Amino acid sequence: MSVIKVSNLTYTYLGSEKPTLKEINLVIDKGEFVILTGPSGCGKTTFCRCFNGLIPHFYGGDLKGDVVVSGLAVRDHPTSELSQYVGFVFQNPENQLFALSVEKDVAFGLENLGLQRDEIRRRVEWALDMTEITHLRESAPYELSGGQQQRVAIASVLAMQPEVIVLDEPTSFLDPLSAKKIFEVVSRLNTELKITIILVEHRLDLAVMYANRVIVMDGGRIILSGHPREVFNSEKAYLTGVGIPKTIRLFQLLREDGIELAYVPITPDETAQLIREALKL
Amino acid sequence: MRVFEGLKFKRASTPIHKLDPRVKFFVSCIIFITAILFNELLPLLILFFAQLPLILIARVHREWMQSLKGASIFAVMIFIMNLIVGYTSPTFGYTISYSLAMAIRFLVLVASFSCFFLTTSPDDLGLALEQSHIPYEFCFAFTTAVRFVPVLANEAQTIVDAQRSRGLELEKGNFIKRVRNYIPILIPLIVGAIRRSLELAEAMESRAFGAKKTRTSLYSLRMKSIDYFVVIITLALFLLAVYIRMAVAIPRIEI
Amino acid sequence: MIKVENVYFTYPNGVEALRGVTVRIEDGEFVTIMGENGAGKTTLVKHFNGLLKPTRGRVEVDGIDTRDASVAELSRKVGLVFQNSDHQLFSETVEEEIAFGLRNFGFDAPTISKRVEWALNLLDLVEYRKSSPFMLSGGERKRLALASVLAWDPKIIVLDEPTIGQDYQQKVKLREFITQLNAQKRTVIVVTHDVEFVAECRPRVILMSHGEVVADGPAPRILTDYDTMTKVSLLPPQVTQIFLRLSDLNLPSNIIDIYEAKQLLSARICKAGSK
Repeated sequence: MSVIKVSNLTYTYLGSEKPTLKEINLVIDKGEFVILTGPSGCGKTTFCRCFNGLIPHFYGGDLKGDVVVSGLAVRDHPTSELSQYVGFVFQNPENQLFALSVEKDVAFGLENLGLQRDEIRRRVEWALDMTEITHLRESAPYELSGGQQQRVAIASVLAMQPEVIVLDEPTSFLDPLSAKKIFEVVSRLNTELKITIILVEHRLDLAVMYANRVIVMDGGRIILSGHPREVFNSEKAYLTGVGIPKTIRLFQLLREDGIELAYVPITPDETAQLIREALKL
Repeated sequence: MRVFEGLKFKRASTPIHKLDPRVKFFVSCIIFITAILFNELLPLLILFFAQLPLILIARVHREWMQSLKGASIFAVMIFIMNLIVGYTSPTFGYTISYSLAMAIRFLVLVASFSCFFLTTSPDDLGLALEQSHIPYEFCFAFTTAVRFVPVLANEAQTIVDAQRSRGLELEKGNFIKRVRNYIPILIPLIVGAIRRSLELAEAMESRAFGAKKTRTSLYSLRMKSIDYFVVIITLALFLLAVYIRMAVAIPRIEI
Repeated sequence: MIKVENVYFTYPNGVEALRGVTVRIEDGEFVTIMGENGAGKTTLVKHFNGLLKPTRGRVEVDGIDTRDASVAELSRKVGLVFQNSDHQLFSETVEEEIAFGLRNFGFDAPTISKRVEWALNLLDLVEYRKSSPFMLSGGERKRLALASVLAWDPKIIVLDEPTIGQDYQQKVKLREFITQLNAQKRTVIVVTHDVEFVAECRPRVILMSHGEVVADGPAPRILTDYDTMTKVSLLPPQVTQIFLRLSDLNLPSNIIDIYEAKQLLSARICKAGSK
């Protein structure tokens, strides 16, 4: 069951001569956890803004091809409608929190949708619970750490009960443990609520264990798509210059020395396990 | 700068804080109008000190004093100006008390609105604006502005730090040079503000801003019986003041 | 040399950001300061060029107490590159931007010209010399901010979170660049929470938490201390995490480099295979 369908997408920003996205074709199924990565300037940020209509409606420009999200053609529906199906979490925690308390921020989207008060209250409680920030409900944004702010942003998006959540480098400003917490929260949304996740990331070491699909972009095109174990182990990924997760890099280096571990590991646990097996020979 | 401390909301849970913001605004306005009714020192002093119990109940006395301290410069100016203007008057003793009254009137104004801002959260202010049928865009602009004041203040400080770290010396030079020295501060600040508003707009769009013509709200202000009570008392006192103004001779104090 | 002696610092709003920090950084060292957000790292480095003066204790840069010198005087020696390059860019052209600091420090016109050329070349910005700083990409703006600080050749250079938002290749280039700066006898101090980046640089690591220094030593020792690292909201490098899970196999516990890891594991596996 596909939830996002992209056909022959070519997009050029307003005032730009060359297209930023070139003939992209992609199908994402419901329930997938996709990591979208690639070198700076490859178009991943642009691409994910096509999913909730910011492109073309907010940014203008020339959109060729089709992007269909939850059955809606992005070109024909405003972002205010699309954002009920696709939630978006931005990189900078500060600039996506508007209200003076966490509760009000999480309620913001629901108020915009004109829902009844008890429905709003129910959903706010639920979203705060799923992101484990119920104890912060009365706090003001400037009282929160970056990691807490991002969880508020996720809760605000979650409250709208979207089918897809797109996160654009949400952990850039966060320290490793806070980043890990964010990935755990997002993963829970994926496994428990079956929300499709599209995560744009550079910090692949921490994020790769949660994904079941990786898409690598370069120069406005998709050049690799598949399971993390295959994609990151490939020659192409290495040449593109993305940060291959260290566990996979170690697998590759050992293989160069003639040591073939049983499969490609993506967590330290798996790697340790495989090394033990190799030593039992 | 310090006068602004007296306008910033101080979180607490006092009876004054819990009053409906519209009621508090009403009371502040009535105090203001009453202050204008009287030129005499005695009633204005009463009006000023009558606010003290409210300030104490609200536990905002320290911040309230700060705003008065800041306003006192203007109060002194008003006093002196009135003295100068009334210098030629035969009843100079009265001129002094009149000038003092004018200064006190100004302080009454500052005091009442300071009390309002100190005990009303920007959230509640925003709600009050909304429920007063002001278009949502303006209410949102207001609460967002308040939300970002600390952020912008921080950013301004960081920009100053960054430019000072490149050798910019803001305290040196003649007047023109000093004004020019602020360009490296203002430009990043303005560019940053523009960038920030674009990001905010993106985020707002992504949360269905504008999806429905009529927004609903998680919270709404509801007038409680205490609110009605305060309104009635305030009106009664105001009518009393009007009566006194029209029918009673107020003793003039000569200093 | 930077000497920090029992420094306490409280912000005007009452937050105590530094609580008794004592640290010494010799000339030519390469040091990273790490810790959770709010640990006091940025507060500490702002003391190095006098932006902040200690509430208690003292900070000495090359023998001068920072309280006796202006920020401009200290910045001549200690170049601080802030996390967000957009906080400093304001000029009409890239050249002007680089010249700004040089002018402030009173260099004469011919020297300014020369230094601007040098900085443009060093950071690969020559083609953009007449462009507006605001037209550059994020990565290019970061390079410009760096160029504008390096232009006056400070002997101590402090980088605050230089890896945020950078992709893998950009980080490789940054690492090489920093190594080069350090090889040229400049003291380099980097504030970061990017553990993998630090693992590949192998500098001296100072860990901070809640305004205090909790650890100080060479990277292989500090980054492999799981308990201390997690206490400051950091995770040891992936390679270290693998070795921690193999700690019962008599492998060294201070491995942070992937090539070293490979050597050791290869040797061990081959040995096991040949038995």
